[in-house]
Amino acid sequence: MQLISLSFFDLALAALAVLALAATTFAMRLGIARTLLIAALRTTAQLALVGLVLEAVFAQRQLVWIALMALVMLLLAGREAAARQKRPFIGGYGFAAGTASMFLSSFVTAVATLVIVIRVEPWYTPQYAIPLLGMLLGNTMTGIALAMDRLTQEVWRGAAVIETRLALGASATEAVAEMRRDAMRAGMIPMLNAMAAAGIISLPGMMTGQILAGSPPWEAVKYQILIMFLIATGTGFGTLLAVSLGARRLFDDRHRLRLDRLRPI
Amino acid sequence: MRTGSATAAPAARFEAVALAIGAIGPVDFALAAGTCLGLAAPSGAGKTRLLRAMADLDAHEGVCRLNGRPAADFAAPAWRRRVMLLPAESAWWADTPRPHLQPEGLDAYLAALDLDAGVLDRPIERLSSGQRQRLALIRVLSHAPDVLLLDEPTANLDDANIERVERLIRAYRQDRGACCVWVGHDRAQLARVADEHRVLDARGKPAHRPCN
Repeated sequence: MQLISLSFFDLALAALAVLALAATTFAMRLGIARTLLIAALRTTAQLALVGLVLEAVFAQRQLVWIALMALVMLLLAGREAAARQKRPFIGGYGFAAGTASMFLSSFVTAVATLVIVIRVEPWYTPQYAIPLLGMLLGNTMTGIALAMDRLTQEVWRGAAVIETRLALGASATEAVAEMRRDAMRAGMIPMLNAMAAAGIISLPGMMTGQILAGSPPWEAVKYQILIMFLIATGTGFGTLLAVSLGARRLFDDRHRLRLDRLRPI
Repeated sequence: MRTGSATAAPAARFEAVALAIGAIGPVDFALAAGTCLGLAAPSGAGKTRLLRAMADLDAHEGVCRLNGRPAADFAAPAWRRRVMLLPAESAWWADTPRPHLQPEGLDAYLAALDLDAGVLDRPIERLSSGQRQRLALIRVLSHAPDVLLLDEPTANLDDANIERVERLIRAYRQDRGACCVWVGHDRAQLARVADEHRVLDARGKPAHRPCN
């Protein structure tokens, strides 16, 4: 099997389909045509830009450029996770905790996989490193954003229970244990669902892409299983870390609940 | 969680030196074992915040000491197990009262406050505010603290139950030599239950006129 290269004309045909959808929704006054067109333009521009960057990075094959790209991806993911919080921490703590958690879990998982599992030479070969890191960061970001949001909201709502428990002599860890559990579950559920549905309800995007690009299905499946395990590990440990850092920030060293560290709505 | 150590060291002295939180206070007192301080103030004057400061639940100025040892010498949870706050509104996390309460001595407490054992397995939200308030007191007493910080402990009770609560707290103080800080605005009640008195004015400043 050979990869069939797409021409700009091919893409224009697909774009026509989107335009048709936009025209239809406009005619039906669903108020979504404008958003749809902007989203389609964004997709095109963002992916084209990434394509150019990737072409350059792939051509260079130098660690500095790959590291720089990884850093930019990390900071953007950290910003995105912080922006999804309904009651974020005041100051940069939410961003810092989220980014640090993502860095530790995603980067450790990605590098370990490159060195130990895939054993590609050199380990930072961009063709492997960048997509791997991207998928890990994207999923970890979702997990951390959901978990932190759940944690802060549950603690805000359950402040009376936490304070009663503290007054009865519970430690901060004991008083917030239930909220932490909920937050962990919220962060892990998308990934658990994805693993449960993989192959039956949905064909994972990466596997589909590999098959389209000409890989034998069995090879694509093996890579997909690897990625699923890595995402589970990265998301799980990243969420665990972020929730721990968040829960710690909600109390001071005298085990007092510090809701003043969250931004009120 | 009643342990031998609680009965082995029954007498507790509790004192506060220049205790203040925000604009409220400063308050000074020294309670001998088994005595009760009545703290009266108009509502909104910050009595609750002073109690929270004593339990070290909020950052504050001044020092509280238990048997001469300042709160900072204790791990915060250990301090709060000895100096325990009964808030005006207690929260519950399980569906029914039973999981919140220590089983030993429970029957005696229920009997003393005229509650039958059936309430223990009823959903919390179906209990009356008076029942919840009495159960919250039992929850605190069952941890056997040395100092009770009571925030309007009889606010939702009828006269008969007010008397039962007052009697139970007096018995608890005498049996264990426990101290008590009782916050309320019923001056007659404070005169009944407390050995010593402090009054705050509407701005939370100590007033010099004793209430009795």
